[in-house]
Amino acid sequence: MTAVTQDFTPAHDEHPEASKTPLGFWIYLMSDCVLFASIFAAFVVLRENLNGGPAGRDLFDLSFVAIETGLLLVSSLTYGLAMIAAGQGNLRTVFVWLALTFLCGLGFLGMEVHEFGKLVAEGAGPDRSGFLSGFFTLVGTHGLHVTSGLVWMAVMFAQLALRGLTAESRTRLLCLSLFWHFLDIVWIGVFSIVYLLGAA
Amino acid sequence: MRESLIFGRLTLNAIPLHEPIVMSAVVGMVVAALAVVGALTYLKRWKWLWDEWLTSVDHKRIGIMYIILALVMLLRGFSDAILMRGQQAMASAGAAGYLPPDHFDQIFTAHGVIMIFFMAMPFVIGLMNIVMPLQIGARDVAFPYLNSLSFWFTVGGAMLVNISLAIGEFAHTGWLAYPPLSELAFSPGVGVDYYIWALQISGIGTLLTGVNFITTIFKMRAPGMKLMHMPIFTWTTLGANMLIVAAFPILTVTLGMLGLDRYLGMHFFTHDGGGNPMMYVNLIWAWGHPEVYILVLPCFGIFSEVTATFSSKPLFGYTSMVYATMCITVLSFLVWLHHFFTMGSGANVNAFFGIMTMIISIPTGVKIFNWLFTMYRGRVRLEVPVLWTIGFIITFAIGGMTGVLLAVPPADFVLHNSLFLVAHFHNTIIGGVVFGVMAGFYYWFPKATGFKLDPTLGKVSFWCWFTGFYVAFMPIYALGLMGMTRRLSHVDNPVWHAYLIVAAIGAVLIGIGIAATVLQIILSIIKRDKLKDVIGDPWHGRTLEWATSSPPPFYNFANLPVVKGIDAFWTMKQEGHAPKLEPRYDRIHMPRNTGTGVILGILSIGLGFAMTWHIWWMAVGAFLVMLAATIWHSFDAHRDYFVPPETVAATEALHFNAKATEVAQ
Repeated sequence: MTAVTQDFTPAHDEHPEASKTPLGFWIYLMSDCVLFASIFAAFVVLRENLNGGPAGRDLFDLSFVAIETGLLLVSSLTYGLAMIAAGQGNLRTVFVWLALTFLCGLGFLGMEVHEFGKLVAEGAGPDRSGFLSGFFTLVGTHGLHVTSGLVWMAVMFAQLALRGLTAESRTRLLCLSLFWHFLDIVWIGVFSIVYLLGAA
Repeated sequence: MRESLIFGRLTLNAIPLHEPIVMSAVVGMVVAALAVVGALTYLKRWKWLWDEWLTSVDHKRIGIMYIILALVMLLRGFSDAILMRGQQAMASAGAAGYLPPDHFDQIFTAHGVIMIFFMAMPFVIGLMNIVMPLQIGARDVAFPYLNSLSFWFTVGGAMLVNISLAIGEFAHTGWLAYPPLSELAFSPGVGVDYYIWALQISGIGTLLTGVNFITTIFKMRAPGMKLMHMPIFTWTTLGANMLIVAAFPILTVTLGMLGLDRYLGMHFFTHDGGGNPMMYVNLIWAWGHPEVYILVLPCFGIFSEVTATFSSKPLFGYTSMVYATMCITVLSFLVWLHHFFTMGSGANVNAFFGIMTMIISIPTGVKIFNWLFTMYRGRVRLEVPVLWTIGFIITFAIGGMTGVLLAVPPADFVLHNSLFLVAHFHNTIIGGVVFGVMAGFYYWFPKATGFKLDPTLGKVSFWCWFTGFYVAFMPIYALGLMGMTRRLSHVDNPVWHAYLIVAAIGAVLIGIGIAATVLQIILSIIKRDKLKDVIGDPWHGRTLEWATSSPPPFYNFANLPVVKGIDAFWTMKQEGHAPKLEPRYDRIHMPRNTGTGVILGILSIGLGFAMTWHIWWMAVGAFLVMLAATIWHSFDAHRDYFVPPETVAATEALHFNAKATEVAQ
């Protein structure tokens, strides 16, 4: 390091991806949080605008939604276990927990699609009233996020299988974990505000 | 409207052949595009363009491309302005003018959308791109590929707006597309759809910029640079990008819900079916008011750099400037309702927002005094950026005062939607943002390109803009007080005629100012050898961007600067520690160029166009290809490389030898 002067330093690699990417992803998640907050606000404003159509208490089956919620919460737990396995460098166990997470996520999504299909068939589609527009958009936006999480997880499988637990794939696994838990938290909001308050 | 499976709503009738003004603009655009394509082919520059620019992840090149986009869109937005001024001047004395109302509506919408989203935003983000990483002594931004993607999404949105001129129509709704007018029932055409997709695509680009720049500022500052050592432009960039991250998702959601109303028959903002149009107005301004500060905060940063540099003094009240910036960042989220006091939310709510609005002028006032006190007893060099700065201080103070006037709810009830409002926001946006980016453009041009801009034409441009602004907008203030409302294609009050003619003359003066800028750029490129900046520090700068060569090498700094306080480069010069040629250098870690950004940008145009015209197969196709390209890119393991020490040494030697020769002369 003969080149070091008092005012300049070579200091390359001072900022590895490992510290930048999670912060950047956190910031992105906060923007996503604002996105959901806006939709929540719109939903609450339109909640009573039934346009002569059905209200939440006529439509929601709380026990069905409870199972849905359970699936998503369990998937957060299994993802956490996948992260622990990744920390121990145990790729095989990572795959097992990730696969379980994927299945739970898929199950959640399947139940949501089923619920949407049922509502539309009953004539309670998103064009029925302001309330239902808000409902479908809020729950649907969460569902789209879960879908992209699943696509990401599938890509993650391929990358882990091809390259193993590299520094890069660990960072990505961490970001996906943040994303997945974030969706869980948003769902808690959906469950409370849309379903619990709606069915009351 | 009938839809075909292959072309959706698109038919040959979509091309407005019967409108001579539109068609001549389209022909002009096509000819200009063909001329560029022809020149590139003739000069065999396609590969160069692709390798060096389109696929570049270098923040300085991306910044330059942003500014080129902004200047091109400025010409487009200004043509709209001059068309409107001409129409109103002619059509106020009983004559019909040359613009049918239907076309006039599209023009004022396009003018607002283009000037805010595709002129001011790219200009400001372009300057942030070029300057901020240099100011914090970084070698690039945190996510170079995302930066390229942000730019190309912005281009995608801008292209959609331009395509709407040739194929179909643009929105007739005003730049914020208020429902119920923008709903399907009242705007059945494709104009609002073009609007939605152009803003959604460019909005995602802007959001990514926000994520990228905040991470860059927090994670990549030079060793020793604490937050309170950052140059003010970097601080304002931080504030603006925090606002981007917090506000742009609201825009995405709002336009998304308008889109759902239009595409899936939902009832968010419709009059019937349980929708609530005023919810749109609240949501769009919850984004829209922070947006004003996203634009103007970085300009405040530019003025701070300019006053300190050209007064050869440290900025007066650095700490208060930082706090004022951050106060404005927070307060900008607490004033949105002042855009629609007339909604009728009640006296208490209006009083709250009126008072918050008045409070926001306090930190702004702090800034004005800081700039004045910096100049006071400084040795102010009256270079072009200082002219813009002084012009700004005067103009912005007036704009601020009319703003405080409008913040009084009872006064606002009288002035709402009048030309007084139009004059007010042009007063702040031209006086604040345009003067700011022009100052920054002239100030950092030598850093970005290696040669200065011609000062004479710079002064011509400033004086034309400055006087042109007053000639154009003072009559508009007066017309507002006389009761003329905005967005009128015809008026029948003969008293207003003279004022509108004066306003049109003002617009022509501004036009001369713009022409002078264009001429200035061309002339300076021709005379670039004479205007060369060999030293890298043409203005006796204080901050780190001046510590490297002009233009900087792609890695910015061969060795990272070590910072001990504010005005790091000035201190180094005072202590005799300015960078010099070192006997040896280390290798440098840099990102590789990638074509994914530009490819996704082009595909986004296809996606937006297909969604606008209901060409579903094409929309699905474009989306799937974009998804595939993103996944493909995620498998790319060769994103970075090391610049060998010999290359660094050779580049540095070239710069320092040229510098030594220049100093010797």
